[in-house]
Amino acid sequence: MIDVATPALNVSRLHYAYPDGRAALRGVDLTIAPGERVALLGPNGAGKTTLVLHLNGILHGGGGTVEVSGLPVTPGDRPAIAEIRRRVGIVFQDPDDQLFMPTVAEDVAFGPANSGVRGAELDARVDEALAAVGMSDHRDHVPHHLSFGQRRRVAVATVLAMRPEILVLDEPSSNLDPASRRELAEILESLPVTLLMVTHDLPYALELCPRSVILDTGRIAADGETAALLSDRELMRGHRLELPFGFDPAAAAASRADRS
Amino acid sequence: MGAGHAHPLYLDRAGRVHRLAPEVKIVAVLLFTIVVVVTPPTRFWAFAGYALLIAVLAATARVPAFWLLKRATIELPFVLLAVVLPFAGHGERVEWLGLSLSIEGLHGAWNIFAKGTLGVLASLLLAATTTMRDLILGLDRLRVPSVFTQIATFMLRYIDVLADDARRMRIARLSRGYDPRFLWQVKAFAVGVGSLFLRSYERGERVYLAMVSRGYTGRLPQPAHDRAPARQWAMSAALPLASAGIAVAAAVLT
Ligand SMILES: Nc1ncnc2c1ncn2[C@@H]1O[C@H](COP(=O)(O)OP(=O)(O)OP(=O)(O)O)[C@@H](O)[C@H]1O
Ligand SMILES: [Mg+2]
Repeated sequence: MIDVATPALNVSRLHYAYPDGRAALRGVDLTIAPGERVALLGPNGAGKTTLVLHLNGILHGGGGTVEVSGLPVTPGDRPAIAEIRRRVGIVFQDPDDQLFMPTVAEDVAFGPANSGVRGAELDARVDEALAAVGMSDHRDHVPHHLSFGQRRRVAVATVLAMRPEILVLDEPSSNLDPASRRELAEILESLPVTLLMVTHDLPYALELCPRSVILDTGRIAADGETAALLSDRELMRGHRLELPFGFDPAAAAASRADRS
Repeated sequence: MGAGHAHPLYLDRAGRVHRLAPEVKIVAVLLFTIVVVVTPPTRFWAFAGYALLIAVLAATARVPAFWLLKRATIELPFVLLAVVLPFAGHGERVEWLGLSLSIEGLHGAWNIFAKGTLGVLASLLLAATTTMRDLILGLDRLRVPSVFTQIATFMLRYIDVLADDARRMRIARLSRGYDPRFLWQVKAFAVGVGSLFLRSYERGERVYLAMVSRGYTGRLPQPAHDRAPARQWAMSAALPLASAGIAVAAAVLT
């Protein structure tokens, strides 16, 4: 990790409790360098989604700070928040929540249009983002009539169109068939952005992210090389993380190293 | 606008009227309807003229007469109401085939029937030639408050999603032996409706978060299409102008 560069993301002593009193984050510290790809692992209810919603200032007010490339997330400051939301692109778990415009192209245009992009440049952005996820042929389609995997890809495109510095994905591989899952991995791997990926799909984490962070009961429980974390049986069992039957992280990591 | 967002009343034809900008068509139909409504019901010639205009319009839009008439049946309940009026009306009466009819009632019935039919036909023509998306776009360009057009946009998008949710929940109920024929199982249906509501409410919240994450601040970006050219306004002005002409002519001649 490069120490001199400003981190792409710097979360420090972040706390959060939901209005009903449930503490979801209890002092999270996390630093991600520009260009890094990090997997955020942890059992159900660990606080992963809650943490993600802090990264662009949707949730706030529990104490602690979040900085994106040196710019602090200050909830009251509208221009600053607008800039943060341009820098941090979040792809939500359910594409139906993300795609709300009547056509694919309009949906992809929504984000950049909000940051003031218009006319020919907007069209170029839409084309570029749809091409990146291989969905150019569907630009005038109704999102609802696409397959789940296609909708997930369009959801990624809606965020790519904003040219974010940090791409945050909440369980991107869930509900995808193996081929779509692999294609999405290829897309993500080819993007020149900092990546934070929430996932329960441990082989996917190993494939895409050299580094992983385990979040449990609102705290960072482990932070290190993905292959090392996944191979630590004690650690894994302690946080309700289980590898698929027959999966050997060491062998998978080795074959991955061969391939690249 | 490409595939999709055809509603049941939309008729996909590559006609001239289809290509007109939506706001232009909306204004034309609105003005036409106003002229029709303010025409006194006794100017019978005027109504014949309006009907002729509609026929010409339908021909230009390449909407078949039968298609139009079939859909115009939605006004039947009102027509039935109109049929009652001559019998129930007060005042002077005429004998017709042994029936005693009120003249005032006859005029009332004609008034409802003629104006209702013309209004329905004009609206159907608008619907047949304009997709839902374009209708909303047209309203937006006509400066209809954005709350309305935004709500309409979301409805358009999520009505399918909701219908799908409802269908999935119904299938899940049926698969677990639910049989709505039995009265005591009505509860499951009621609970289903309740949870559908909750689901849509929670979805609304999640959708809102996703929108805010992409920089939404309360106003949907305006689609960057060009405004309708003056030529289109001029072309569609033909409908209200012709109907106004007919109204004036009928007023002068009678
Ligand atoms: N809107 C809410 N109101 C109250 N409590 C909530 C709300 N959303 C989440 N929580 C609680 O906060 C805790 C963290 O939830 P969060 O959604 O961040 O978990 P997660 O790690 O994303 O889990 P999963 O893997 O199931 O998605 C959970 O205990 C959850 O019950
Ligand atoms: Mg979650």
